[in-house]
Amino acid sequence: MAPSRIVDTPNPWFSEQYLQQGRSQLLTALQQHVTITVVAVLAGLVLSLPLALLARRSRTLETVVIGATGVVYTIPSLALFALLVPVTGYSEKTAEVALAAYSLVILVRNTVTGLALVPPDVVEAARGMGLGAGRRLLRVELPLALPSIVAGIRVATVSTISLLTVAAYVGTGGFGQLIDQGFRADYRAQVVTACLACVLLALVADLLLLLLQRLLTPWTRV
Amino acid sequence: MPTTLTQWLTYGDPTMGVMARLVEHLAYTGAAVLIACAVGLPLGILLGHRGRGGQVAIALAGTGRAVPTLGVIVLFAVSPLGTGFTTVVVALALFALPPVLTNAYVGVREVDRGAVEAARGMGMTGAQVLRRVELPLAVPLLAAGVRSAVLQVIATATLAAAIGGGGLGRFLLDGLGSQDYPQLEAGAVLVAALALVVELLLSVMQRLVDPSSSSERKSRVR
Repeated sequence: MAPSRIVDTPNPWFSEQYLQQGRSQLLTALQQHVTITVVAVLAGLVLSLPLALLARRSRTLETVVIGATGVVYTIPSLALFALLVPVTGYSEKTAEVALAAYSLVILVRNTVTGLALVPPDVVEAARGMGLGAGRRLLRVELPLALPSIVAGIRVATVSTISLLTVAAYVGTGGFGQLIDQGFRADYRAQVVTACLACVLLALVADLLLLLLQRLLTPWTRV
Repeated sequence: MPTTLTQWLTYGDPTMGVMARLVEHLAYTGAAVLIACAVGLPLGILLGHRGRGGQVAIALAGTGRAVPTLGVIVLFAVSPLGTGFTTVVVALALFALPPVLTNAYVGVREVDRGAVEAARGMGMTGAQVLRRVELPLAVPLLAAGVRSAVLQVIATATLAAAIGGGGLGRFLLDGLGSQDYPQLEAGAVLVAALALVVELLLSVMQRLVDPSSSSERKSRVR
């Protein structure tokens, strides 16, 4: 079972020829991988905020929100993708919904933790200055919770990039598809290159987010 | 062959039925977790006892999050190891290692220094301190590490099917490959149910080992 390979027979682990001939498919995979990751993490972020605000209203609500989202997190990715396929079909939508759900779990927890760590006297001072609940949240509490929230975004982004490879089986493209095609064609160079590209993408994304956090919260620098 | 969801959920074929796939899934999981514990527990405990080298282990485990599990399994499959039970187990053991190792290290390392000093002062040797003071106090974290490892491997073992292996992932990939919705839904239900049941069982067991532990769980990669 060996469909056509791009290059030669010795089946090397690394091949410059693949880097050249496979350039366009690697770039396409990169673009698909980045797009879906950005959509999923942003969607998770947008949805996580109201849930986190709900969770901090009472102990009971916190237990319910954290517990319910935790159940989603326990479902293995391939199973969650498969559960969604009858609804969202063989498309990137399936991956985006599932990975947004996983991101949401991480982000709700980190936002709740971040908000809980805001010193009460700072909130009190803001209240004393006449800031209403909405402004207190936007100008005082969320900025102070930012390091925890960005830490959550970093974990969510790196896991999303890694989990997205599995979504190749629901037809989303990305590096996972190159890995699977490489396996079917028994072509090592393609598998290795796609894996490395995926790891590299995750590390670069993590670094960029770390820099973003430094820029957004200069006061946390020691 | 079954055609409806109910038929798939009760598929009794001795080699391809639900029971057979569940047994394969648990065999992969059991073997991988055993290997990870055999390597990770002694190593983590030793590093924690010595108080050195653990940061490197933790950093490595953190970077491991960026490595796509599918990529590793496929890399092993196109290596001379080939596809088969051993390949799957070795790859899964690699994913189980980080939580076991880092929790063992942190567990022993974080034991109250006062207790360790007191034991030394009573004339205990290094080995005695480890056996009578550090290990008993580290048990809750050791257990937490093994628990995340088991859940991680249960989830990742679905990918054994991606390289032609068995396990419950077989229903998912076969269902996805042939657009057989009842089969893939059955697979998703079975995999999700297995993960949730094991999660519940382990949290009960962990509470028995460590009554102070809450249901809060450290974030985990699949």
